[in-house]
Amino acid sequence: MSAALEETGQQITLEIWRGQEEGYYETYSVPAQASQTILDVVTYVQRRIDPTLSYRFACRIGMCGSCAMMVNGQPRWTCRTHASKVLKDGKIRLSPLRNLPVIKDLATDMTEFFEKWQTAKGRFVPTDGKSQEFASVEPTSTGRKEADAGIECLGCGVCYSACDVVAWNKDYLGPAALNRAWTLVNDERDGDKMGHLAAVAVDAGCHACHSHQQCTTYCPNNLNPTRAIAGLKRMSVAAALKGDLK
Amino acid sequence: MSRADLWLYVAQRVSAMILAPLVIVHLLTIIYAIQGGLTAAEILQRTQGSLLWGSLYGLFVVAVAVHGSIGLRAIIKEMSIWRGRSLDLAMGLFGLSLLYLGMRAVMAVV
Repeated sequence: MSAALEETGQQITLEIWRGQEEGYYETYSVPAQASQTILDVVTYVQRRIDPTLSYRFACRIGMCGSCAMMVNGQPRWTCRTHASKVLKDGKIRLSPLRNLPVIKDLATDMTEFFEKWQTAKGRFVPTDGKSQEFASVEPTSTGRKEADAGIECLGCGVCYSACDVVAWNKDYLGPAALNRAWTLVNDERDGDKMGHLAAVAVDAGCHACHSHQQCTTYCPNNLNPTRAIAGLKRMSVAAALKGDLK
Repeated sequence: MSRADLWLYVAQRVSAMILAPLVIVHLLTIIYAIQGGLTAAEILQRTQGSLLWGSLYGLFVVAVAVHGSIGLRAIIKEMSIWRGRSLDLAMGLFGLSLLYLGMRAVMAVV
């Protein structure tokens, strides 16, 4: 153990999900240390107790969004969650992200999550750039402010996991994909605003949102997907009433 | 119809806006009507030949038929795996039934 790590002399009891959809919680005991994150304790288990434990991480500092898991039933970035802050009676229960198929242990299959970004047309559509000048985007314009507010999404899947509508309706596009669509319809450089709106103004799109705001509550980047979805609802209705959205 | 989903959403919101004040009127009328006991004669005396009560409750029934059928369709989509044309058809029939039963009740007292 590195001298930099302060041992507190106490143990944390971890209950970690093992298996796939069918599985069980296995209990581990890990020494508590100061400023220890959930990712630290999972890594301790994997390196020192059970090397068969599967989980996912990359940057360890909250900029990649790959280490999200359910911590005591709530979706969180494990690298940005201090173990001491979420201990309940000396215990922490870790499960794979809700609403996604489990590959093994704490690693989920995020294919459907990212495919829904495509279904929501959550990708930039360029205009015919050859004949145009560089777009001059005013940072204080309403559209740019709306886009900026939602642009820092890392695609970690925390909102998707927190969302009850996703749990109820497997077709629902989910907060992250809709938030992405909202940033694009507000991007004046995008060449297909109506295409984005048409992709999300469907039964399992923005209109299925119940505004429970679980996405906003749990987003580790403090984004507000509920606001983005409300914006899409308003904008798509207005476009349909004007006859722009066919 | 193109963008049918979106128009159903609009119809759901508009019918809710109509229902909100009508439900309040309905509840207040109930409280008023039961003062000193409730009789069929008293109700009929108020409603028979009344264009106001007839149109108020007629509008109520239309809004309920629209709102209820769209809402039930959304709930079924969230709570079951039933999807597609059969669901849309069933919910259309459900809405028409609400409309028929409601209108029949309104006609009976006006």
